[in-house]
Amino acid sequence: MKEEKKKTTQPRWSDLNLSNEKLIKMYRDMLLIRRFEERAAQEYGKGKIGGFCHLYIGQEATGVGAIAPLREDDFIYTAYRDHGQALARGMDTNGCMAELFGKVTGVSKGMGGSMHFYDLSKGFMGGWGIVGGHPPLAAGSAFATKYQGRDSVTICFMGEASTNQGVFHETLNMAQLWKLPVIFICENNGYGMGTAISRAMAGEELFDKAAGYEMARGAVNGMDVIEMYREMTIAIERARKENLPTFLEARTYRFRGHSMSDPGQYRTKEEIEEYKKRDPIETFGKELVAEGILKQSDIELMDEAIKKEVQEAVEFADASPQPPIEVLYDNIYA
Amino acid sequence: MERDSSVFLLGEDIGPFGGAFKATKGFLQHFGEDRVVDTVLAETAILGAATGAAVVGMRPVAEIQFADFVTTGFSQLVNNSASVHYRWHIPCPMVVRLPSGAGIHGGPFHSRNPEAWFFHQPGFKIVAPSTPYDAKGLIKAAVRDNNPVLYLEHKRLYRHIKGEVPDTDYIVEIGKGDVKRTGNDISVITYGSMVHMALEAAEVLQNENGVSVEVIDLRSLMPLDSELIFSSVRKTGKVLIAHEDNITGGIGGEIAAMISDICFQFLDAPIKRIGAIDTPTPYSPTLEEYFLPNTKKVVAALQELAAF
Repeated sequence: MKEEKKKTTQPRWSDLNLSNEKLIKMYRDMLLIRRFEERAAQEYGKGKIGGFCHLYIGQEATGVGAIAPLREDDFIYTAYRDHGQALARGMDTNGCMAELFGKVTGVSKGMGGSMHFYDLSKGFMGGWGIVGGHPPLAAGSAFATKYQGRDSVTICFMGEASTNQGVFHETLNMAQLWKLPVIFICENNGYGMGTAISRAMAGEELFDKAAGYEMARGAVNGMDVIEMYREMTIAIERARKENLPTFLEARTYRFRGHSMSDPGQYRTKEEIEEYKKRDPIETFGKELVAEGILKQSDIELMDEAIKKEVQEAVEFADASPQPPIEVLYDNIYA
Repeated sequence: MERDSSVFLLGEDIGPFGGAFKATKGFLQHFGEDRVVDTVLAETAILGAATGAAVVGMRPVAEIQFADFVTTGFSQLVNNSASVHYRWHIPCPMVVRLPSGAGIHGGPFHSRNPEAWFFHQPGFKIVAPSTPYDAKGLIKAAVRDNNPVLYLEHKRLYRHIKGEVPDTDYIVEIGKGDVKRTGNDISVITYGSMVHMALEAAEVLQNENGVSVEVIDLRSLMPLDSELIFSSVRKTGKVLIAHEDNITGGIGGEIAAMISDICFQFLDAPIKRIGAIDTPTPYSPTLEEYFLPNTKKVVAALQELAAF
């Protein structure tokens, strides 16, 4: 608070052409993801949500910072941990919660669940449940927009474990060779389920996996929404103007287990606490307050409004009808 | 491709080389490299990229050099392509061309008939032309369809079968079989390369045994023309299902189950099946000949049915 009054230096995002409104929106999106998922975890515990539920808590800055600089006509592919990116893209909170509840009002009409969110009108192309299975689809999407003469960009989130799949390498080679406007964002949260990356990857630097294809590459602090935004702005420019792909390793951390059924015996409490000190929402919130963009009371009001929005989403999902049995057969073919 | 610019081809060596079996010879010169895309040797990426392009408005036609190699990209097809519409209600219009089948001494990795793997997975359409006329009509139908269509082209038929192909723009409707020969005593339900053996065998039965054999060419394996199958069985009361794929777990078993379910009271004999024996495909021409079904084996099976 003291710095607020005496401040003489520019904020560190002064080069990014970010309005206060946009900065506040980014903060709000992160907080919405956090509150949405905390509530999803509770509903899972109550048995309202079935199957699997992989939370994004801790990684919010990666998704929000990557998606915020996109245009509406850009496309997003992601893996199974997809709630955060869907909300960051502005997908309907009610529809997202209803999908978790398996209801017909869900974003995939109850046919996909937690891992298969989708909204074509937002360019949100899923939500793919097999680790490493979706990167070639993103390359195909980028191929298509280039072929069609559009200057849309496709971004593709994946976890670090998926870079051990063969198709990851097939896709990077293809993307660089064909000069596709696609950005691969590897969310390196340090663990493939319970396997630490040091036990799963030969080599020092994950982003160097793209070196064999001479693809533009680098690592970024994925706990920092501004740094994500900055690196993505550069990558998006490269894709849109030069039709060139980028591989970006976002170093992040998930505060919760891999899924709801993860006792977490593969890492220490101390390690988790250490990362929580770098909580992407808290740190950015403090920074916005310090810069005089938000007041603490604004944050509290915002939090209340978000909690209300999430509460309403739960009520909506709860009240929504189950899919009728007939739809089981309806959409096998187009 | 002339009528719809969203159609493009991708595959290994389909450009200057013209495809391993020359199916795309001349396409590069005519349509250019934007639409005839040589890929790296990476079936998973080919099939994944085709799926990704299809869901944003393209109509990719992917060539898998030998159908056997589709196994490398199996997950892309069965998990991704086949379920897009079911999950999200958006079309996934793509064609995967699969040069398949044995009889050319290709050995165990270049001879497979892959239809049963995909027949089991809801979401695909599967076609298997036996004549040049149907090959053209079905590829056009496949390209215009809004679903992932697996197009099986039997490698042995490339060189062994000739037939008239009209210049006109026609399609053969997916899901419709064809009565290639009418008969009253026994129905042969078949597709692909076996159609020709069945027709030869039917001729033998007519001439040597005075038995009238009907030959149904399924043309589409998914969806099956079940009405055509049932109406033929109701007429003849005896059935031989013939496919080149090996017997166990082949689609003949499913067809037999459908017939026994719906037409049991019309059957005058057990449903017989003929196919390759249940081993990997041997290279040795002598062993391969023993392994595969052929006209003689079809004749023997039909005679057995006739005598029942």
